[in-house]
Amino acid sequence: MSELLNHPDEPSQSGIDAPLPDAKAALHSRRAFLFKLSVMLNAAVGAVLAVPLVGYLLGPALKKGSNTGSWIVLGGINDFPVGETRLADFRSPVASFDDGDTAKVACWVRRISDRQFQVFAVNCAHLGCPVRWFAQSKLFLCPCHGGAYYEDGSRASGPPERGLFEYRYRLDGDSLVIHAGDMPTLATQASCKQKPLIQIDPAGNETASAPARSRRWPA
Amino acid sequence: MASMKQRVLAAYEWLEHRLGLIKPLSEAAAHPTPENNASWWYVFGSAATVLLILQVVTGILLALVYSPSANEAWTSLGILNHSIPLGWYLRALHGWGSDFMIAIVLIHMVQAFLFGAYKFPRELTWMIGVGLLLLTLGMAFTGQVMRFDQDAYWGLGIGASIMSRVPFIGAPLVHLLLGGPIIGGATVSRFFTLHVFVIPGLLLAFAFVHIFMTLKHGVSDWPMPGRLVSKATYEREYRELTAKTGIPFVPDAAWKDAVFAAAIILAVMACAFYFGPFGPTGTPDPTIIQTVPKPDFAFLWIYALLAFLPTSVETPFMLIMPVLVIVAMLLLPVFAGEGERHWARRPVAVLMVSVIALTLGIFTRLATYTPWSPIMDAWTSAPVPAKYLHNRTPLERQGALVLQDKQCRNCHSLGNVGGQRGPALDAIASRMTEDQIIRQVLQGGGNMPAYGNALNPAETKALIRFLMTLNGNLTPAVDSSRELTHAEQTQPPQTTQPPMPASAPKTP
Repeated sequence: MSELLNHPDEPSQSGIDAPLPDAKAALHSRRAFLFKLSVMLNAAVGAVLAVPLVGYLLGPALKKGSNTGSWIVLGGINDFPVGETRLADFRSPVASFDDGDTAKVACWVRRISDRQFQVFAVNCAHLGCPVRWFAQSKLFLCPCHGGAYYEDGSRASGPPERGLFEYRYRLDGDSLVIHAGDMPTLATQASCKQKPLIQIDPAGNETASAPARSRRWPA
Repeated sequence: MASMKQRVLAAYEWLEHRLGLIKPLSEAAAHPTPENNASWWYVFGSAATVLLILQVVTGILLALVYSPSANEAWTSLGILNHSIPLGWYLRALHGWGSDFMIAIVLIHMVQAFLFGAYKFPRELTWMIGVGLLLLTLGMAFTGQVMRFDQDAYWGLGIGASIMSRVPFIGAPLVHLLLGGPIIGGATVSRFFTLHVFVIPGLLLAFAFVHIFMTLKHGVSDWPMPGRLVSKATYEREYRELTAKTGIPFVPDAAWKDAVFAAAIILAVMACAFYFGPFGPTGTPDPTIIQTVPKPDFAFLWIYALLAFLPTSVETPFMLIMPVLVIVAMLLLPVFAGEGERHWARRPVAVLMVSVIALTLGIFTRLATYTPWSPIMDAWTSAPVPAKYLHNRTPLERQGALVLQDKQCRNCHSLGNVGGQRGPALDAIASRMTEDQIIRQVLQGGGNMPAYGNALNPAETKALIRFLMTLNGNLTPAVDSSRELTHAEQTQPPQTTQPPMPASAPKTP
């Protein structure tokens, strides 16, 4: 390459007028050094280029999961008779412009008493398939691998290692409001245990559903 | 005419002088290969390549219409199926081509393994081949997401749930996989990117290197029992064999490849024409929970495996096992790079292939009828066999109603109808005593939930009376200690029924 580029300056390319071996070696070492330098320059430019690209790529992963989501009205409490468990759905508050129907989320609402609720994610704690409620046997059953949960969401049998995921809820007058965001998985929602999620909203004005949780865990 | 021929020749010379590719490529195609590998056993690699090209071509044609958006993908599949002329056929070709490609790649791999073709000097060719297998499976999984229906939606949920089990970085991994907090537009976009740009690019590059290395080292010669591979001598022996018995790969050996590839493409076309495209199933609306999600054929065995793993080992198994299997496959030629190639002298290799094939086959078969899953509508749709209701007391018949109403049939079968998660109940009273049945129903155990809260004492009593009639014409199971108890009391037993257990929990 360098020989071709240098060709016009040099009288001839044949061996007759070629520079002395020492001079060629000197030129070579200088060019080799320049090449190494250019490689380093490109490495530096590449690194500067790569950082924002990787940042863009990892963008969804770097968001703080617990901060996504918000409170969303699920419906009037009178839609949910006391003692029953009913399917409700809402549009995810974290939906994006092109989510279409996938932004819809279903959940099971159990009204324990007048002001006491449990709101379960439909996603099985095993691998996320949608569980169905059977009022007669008071069980949630998963169609995928046969996970079963009792009416309070605690694990009954099958492969799940824990109970159903629960949404936090509060009662705003006569409407049932739940906190929703991430699709519930073992890592993205673990509020079933006593440890609450980090909250943006003040915790005071919320009817804690914590006492109802985790009470009926099988020994 | 001579001038015409000369002109064509001149045009070729002009082109080749500038391009410089035709001569080396035709020389490579005609490279000599040992006569003994011009065999029908050596046709799978080229067939896989041809299928890859078919997938690329049909994929590009589908991308002309398909809309990679969560909002529109499902609709655009319907348009392909029903509105675009021959759209259904293109989808069918692409879908069946994918199944055939996985099958051929697996057969190619088994052949290379059993023939010891991965040994020196072709270790790296094997490793690249492992990469090609994983990329092919990656195409299958991302392709299943492209068919954005209910199965795709919940399949993504399963993928996210597996990711979420990774310690410490589970949540970021889930978000990275889904492109956001939920399955949605960003998820479809990134799986489209993987399916259309990233994985195919890698697949083509890997396939190029794989074929290049096959040309460099030559197609492995037919293994002979007792002819050992040694790093010191193999390459010289192979050269000598090629010099002695070599035939040009094209055309003397390649015609079999060409015939097989044509047969495979014909088979894909036939399947596509007769069976049509796969799905899509229902619209990917997560509020429609009346669905039984299932992965595509290639992943059914994983679906089955996940039903059988004990809870305590499931997460480590899910996360560690794939890594171990992939590392083992990659390192195979490092540890077994020399020695015997013939399958008749490698019983462990034959045993491994048999056991793995049998295991995958059994798990795949199980996943086609999912005996571990409750049948959600069995309680209303599965009849109680009439013979179980003949000559029964009102209480026993009431018990049959309880059995149906409490969804017992979703997991238990009667007369081979109903779920298979729990044991069939046709002869339950011959295996369990009354006390054992009561205890099992009320307290649960094993895979059975406790029904103490879902049954009142009257329902329990009726249910047990009915279950006790189901002895399958065998002697009912009896508690042996009961007779002793009765003997002590020196009174003939009034009834085999125990007092209703005080332990029956009250309904809440």
